[in-house]
Amino acid sequence: MRPQLNPSANRCMVFACVKSAEGHDMSSLTPTSRSWYKRNEIALTPWLFLFPAMLFFAVYVIIPIGQSFWISFHQWDGLGEKTYIGTANYERLLGIGDQNIDRKFETSFWNNLKWLVLYLLAVPAGLFIALLLNQTVRGIRLYKSLFFFPFVISQVVVGLVFSWFYLPREGLLNAILGVFGAGPVNILGDPTLATYGIIAAGLWPQTAYCMILYLTGLNAVDPEQVEAARLDGAKGYKMLWYIILPQLKPATFIAFVVTIIGALRSFDLISVMTNGGPFGSTRVLSFYMFEESLSEFGFRMGYGSAIAVVLFFIMLGFIGYFLYSMWRDEKGAR
Amino acid sequence: MFPTPIAKKSRSYQLTYQAVLPFALILWLLPLIAVAMFSIKPAADFANGNYWGWPSSFEGFTNYGKVFLESNMPRYLLNSMFITIPTVLGAVALSSMAGFALGIYKFKGNLFIFFMFIAGNFVPFQILMVPVRDLTINMGMYDSIQGLVLFHIAFQTGFCTLFMRNFIRALPFPLIEAARVEGVAEWRIFWYVVLPLMKPALAALAVLIFTFIWNDYFWAVVLTQGPSAQPVTAGITEFNSQFRAAYHLMSAGSIVAALPPVAMFFLMQKHFIAGLTLGAVK
Repeated sequence: MRPQLNPSANRCMVFACVKSAEGHDMSSLTPTSRSWYKRNEIALTPWLFLFPAMLFFAVYVIIPIGQSFWISFHQWDGLGEKTYIGTANYERLLGIGDQNIDRKFETSFWNNLKWLVLYLLAVPAGLFIALLLNQTVRGIRLYKSLFFFPFVISQVVVGLVFSWFYLPREGLLNAILGVFGAGPVNILGDPTLATYGIIAAGLWPQTAYCMILYLTGLNAVDPEQVEAARLDGAKGYKMLWYIILPQLKPATFIAFVVTIIGALRSFDLISVMTNGGPFGSTRVLSFYMFEESLSEFGFRMGYGSAIAVVLFFIMLGFIGYFLYSMWRDEKGAR
Repeated sequence: MFPTPIAKKSRSYQLTYQAVLPFALILWLLPLIAVAMFSIKPAADFANGNYWGWPSSFEGFTNYGKVFLESNMPRYLLNSMFITIPTVLGAVALSSMAGFALGIYKFKGNLFIFFMFIAGNFVPFQILMVPVRDLTINMGMYDSIQGLVLFHIAFQTGFCTLFMRNFIRALPFPLIEAARVEGVAEWRIFWYVVLPLMKPALAALAVLIFTFIWNDYFWAVVLTQGPSAQPVTAGITEFNSQFRAAYHLMSAGSIVAALPPVAMFFLMQKHFIAGLTLGAVK
């Protein structure tokens, strides 16, 4: 291939002069002989490369978000005409005016909060297991993989596995409780316990995820700092709190991000384990939205979209914070 | 290293540690061990109330044979394959291009577009559900594998672009400048310079996306119905109603449904963990 200079900016033309002064081939440098594309190559290429991804992402992600907002102001069964009803869906949902707040929405919202708070236990639990396994003994690698692998199993199967584990008669949990003389409990059949039973099932893979994040983080901890702190007499909790955890900050950040997002997305487990029951006590917003939009009692897409918008705004608070901290890092890197 | 390496501790401490490990592992995997145990038991054990005793006979082959021969399970597994593999290829292709554009070039709006991809990746599925379902129906792709694949590619592109862009960002930039000085066309730089360096990232992403898509349940329920296009996560519900209360068969079915990503994980462990923990260390 013939050597050709980069045809992007003025800076390159200066560069070209330097090069030609050195006696390089000048014939290929006359600007008029190059095509428009060649002259603008550096400015155009990124857009050409971005185009397919942006097209897909816009059609299936960005535009639908706007459409959901639009649909939430309508009454729509998914097939016929949409009827514009203003903010009536939201008023019904939140109980504005002379109506009561939608009880199902209320339950879902509180359950979402329970999920959010309890799911975060995965972060310290993951750290604990990571500290337990961060050793070099024979076979430790296999132990690490086996501790991690619940995360790889689909949530549907996790849900099934745990619902059998909880079975009042056949389940292993009650068999174990029986050994200690505790009576059988029907966790998923009890409205006060069911949500906690599902969250416990969700914590299982999530803890594994946090564990692997921390194991990787622990690998990168600066050994010199640890030795220095050790010489200064730091050990145990003090060492963990003042020396190790600050260095694990990136891992902790990601663990929080994935756990919060996971908590608000919880759908599969609820759908598989209780289908919202008993008596609707395990609904969360994401499940309630699905139920309203595609229930067997008819499709209420408008109302469902309004629930989705509320969930979106809850999530947006977190997304905003995540993006802000990532943006700060980007700025720092420049 | 923290905690203190076990080799520096007393002998009795070491022995305790070695003894605690397998015990902790069994406890951790107990629900799974229970299901594996169920899946090799004969039906008679359940009728006799022998849930947790030793299996009266080994029926693993019979049970798993039934899963493959007397149900729609093979069909669902095949559907999952046909959904997962094109999605992996599509998402990886789109995102390595987008990641190249965002990681190498400086242009107005670069950071904005990048953050758009990240933000889109975090939104709740439910806000996309009604419009995406509507769009899929209008394109005549409801209850088809293509409809599901197109959506998955689009959505996964968000996460994949984040991953690829950060990976490309960490490549030595002088390499690209050198190629430019040599007069190499930009698309050739992508193909011959950047892409070969991205091999570890491509492998990591492919394994991750395989797992994510194989395990997807929500979109399978929203965009498909029935055995013609449903993947195994959604199909297992139908499977379970076919074998209602036959715990040995349901357990075997669940294990079969969960196995491909597990196998993928154990085969490609290094890549999988590298992908998952990207950004966990700075």
